[in-house]
Amino acid sequence: MENSSIIQRSIARPEFGPFVLLVVELAVFWGFNHDFLSPQNISNILAFTVELGLIALAMTLLMTSGEFDLSVGSLFGFSPVLMWTLFNSGLTSLEAGFVVALLVAAFIGLVNGWFVTQLKIPSFLVTLGMLLVVRGTALFVTNGFPQRTWSAEGSWLAEALVGDFFIGPFRIYMSLFWFIAAAIALGYVLTQSRTGNWIQAAGGNPNAAKARGVNVSGVKIGLFILSSIMASLAGVISSLRTSAANPNSGTGYELEVIAMVVIGGTALTGGRGTIIGTVLGILILRVMRNGIVLIGVPGLAYNIFIGAIILGMMALHSWLERRHQAGT
Amino acid sequence: MAEPLVRMENIRKSYGRVQALVDANFHVNEREIVGLLGDNGAGKSTLIKVLSGAVPLTSGDIFIRGKKVDFRSTSDAIAHGIETIYQDSALVTQLSIARNLFLGREPIKPPRFLNRMDQEAMNVVARDLLKQVGISKNIPSTTPIGSLSGGERQAVAIARAMHFDSDLIILDEPTNNLGVAETQGVLSFVRSARDSGHSCIFIAHNIHHVFQVVDRIVVMRRGKVVADDIDPKNTNVAEVERIITGMSDEEIHDAIVQGKQSQG
Repeated sequence: MENSSIIQRSIARPEFGPFVLLVVELAVFWGFNHDFLSPQNISNILAFTVELGLIALAMTLLMTSGEFDLSVGSLFGFSPVLMWTLFNSGLTSLEAGFVVALLVAAFIGLVNGWFVTQLKIPSFLVTLGMLLVVRGTALFVTNGFPQRTWSAEGSWLAEALVGDFFIGPFRIYMSLFWFIAAAIALGYVLTQSRTGNWIQAAGGNPNAAKARGVNVSGVKIGLFILSSIMASLAGVISSLRTSAANPNSGTGYELEVIAMVVIGGTALTGGRGTIIGTVLGILILRVMRNGIVLIGVPGLAYNIFIGAIILGMMALHSWLERRHQAGT
Repeated sequence: MAEPLVRMENIRKSYGRVQALVDANFHVNEREIVGLLGDNGAGKSTLIKVLSGAVPLTSGDIFIRGKKVDFRSTSDAIAHGIETIYQDSALVTQLSIARNLFLGREPIKPPRFLNRMDQEAMNVVARDLLKQVGISKNIPSTTPIGSLSGGERQAVAIARAMHFDSDLIILDEPTNNLGVAETQGVLSFVRSARDSGHSCIFIAHNIHHVFQVVDRIVVMRRGKVVADDIDPKNTNVAEVERIITGMSDEEIHDAIVQGKQSQG
């Protein structure tokens, strides 16, 4: 009896669907090609995963509060461009350039949050506008050319962010630890802390939250800032790892990140979010991208699978939600 | 006579040229349930919005235990112990009962910098409160509000007002859309709130519900309080309806006859 109720409760959790999907995905790809689970390929998947993953973690909190941010992809491209431009022109050290890039990102998040909470403009429109402003700035500053990046060797910043080492046959980047740390910290904030209660209330019923004295605008502005900083950090990490700073990089990432978050079980309408679900959602999409290439499906067909996964998972979540509402 | 808990004097509220409240006088005593009645547009909602800080008054004074107060927002009113419960709007459906009860005032576990909610303490208090307002079913306090019935949601909102020592709990149409058993439940929550020392203002369209629970009935018409000391024990529904509509027996009779004739 006790056992069956534990099983029932796990099935009712929003993370259950994504978890099953990930397991199925891993099994299918492994069945087609045993190299899929080779140390080299796993190391590869993990290296790519954390960069979009960092953005998705922050986006989970933002979406739980009822907003979302389309400007993250452009910040992913803009921040490393800014850092390298400052460094290459001799204005700052690489580390100082990094701090400046994060501060500029924080300011952009503040502006997003201010427009959404004070001028009451939907976040879709505000962050769409910001996407164009930031991407346009990155292109204008660089004339559309990638920045020189080869002089990062030996910088402690590069070591701390993307230094790599081997654990047995696995090549691990430092960024994986930053991702795990961020996932634990933000998961804690969302489920254990008082701020997490406010985030969920801000997305679930902002008027009720305000009536109880919760600073809904403050919570949302804070999350917009967090979202921008994480996108900026992810862009810098990617740039250091690949030794490239292209003003066009990150194009389209905003939609992929939002897809990761909703596949994981966070509600697009706010009020309910899960970091564990997002981590699963991140892995589902990254494994899919890697796996379909490995089993010989043309990479161009990737979006078909992603679209199908989104539709399937949304149908599952809505079914679970209705069952839940019916009180079963 | 003891100073009432809340006294509102000569309250005026105009929206442009429309006078919603015209020199309304109203009071609530300690440990008293007041039924506020009136037809649509009589000014009940406006009076309550003024008292709960949701809209500013045009002129007039509000006193709490004899002290003049000035409400600029709903949180001002809450800080002065006045809690308004609107149906459905007061709770976050996605959050659990316990998290809703403590929303905005969550207890923190030491060390404080971790900002960690004391969820066990919240659940314990929530369980006791649900018992206190008389929810007999065994509902775990971790249940999300979304899976509760309308009556149970009202109970949670009332329990929250009681726990945070609101002196005055305003219930706006708490029995709307509720079934018979649920309505009886809400009425008993209101009684238990009074028995534990709180005052209530009870607004309902259904006069029968008001009669069952209130100590005193106040009737508003066209922005004024036209009767403020009706004892439900010494009157009947027909009498109160007469005061609400402002018509004599003959006028009501004529209106019904005319209605029938025009239908025929």
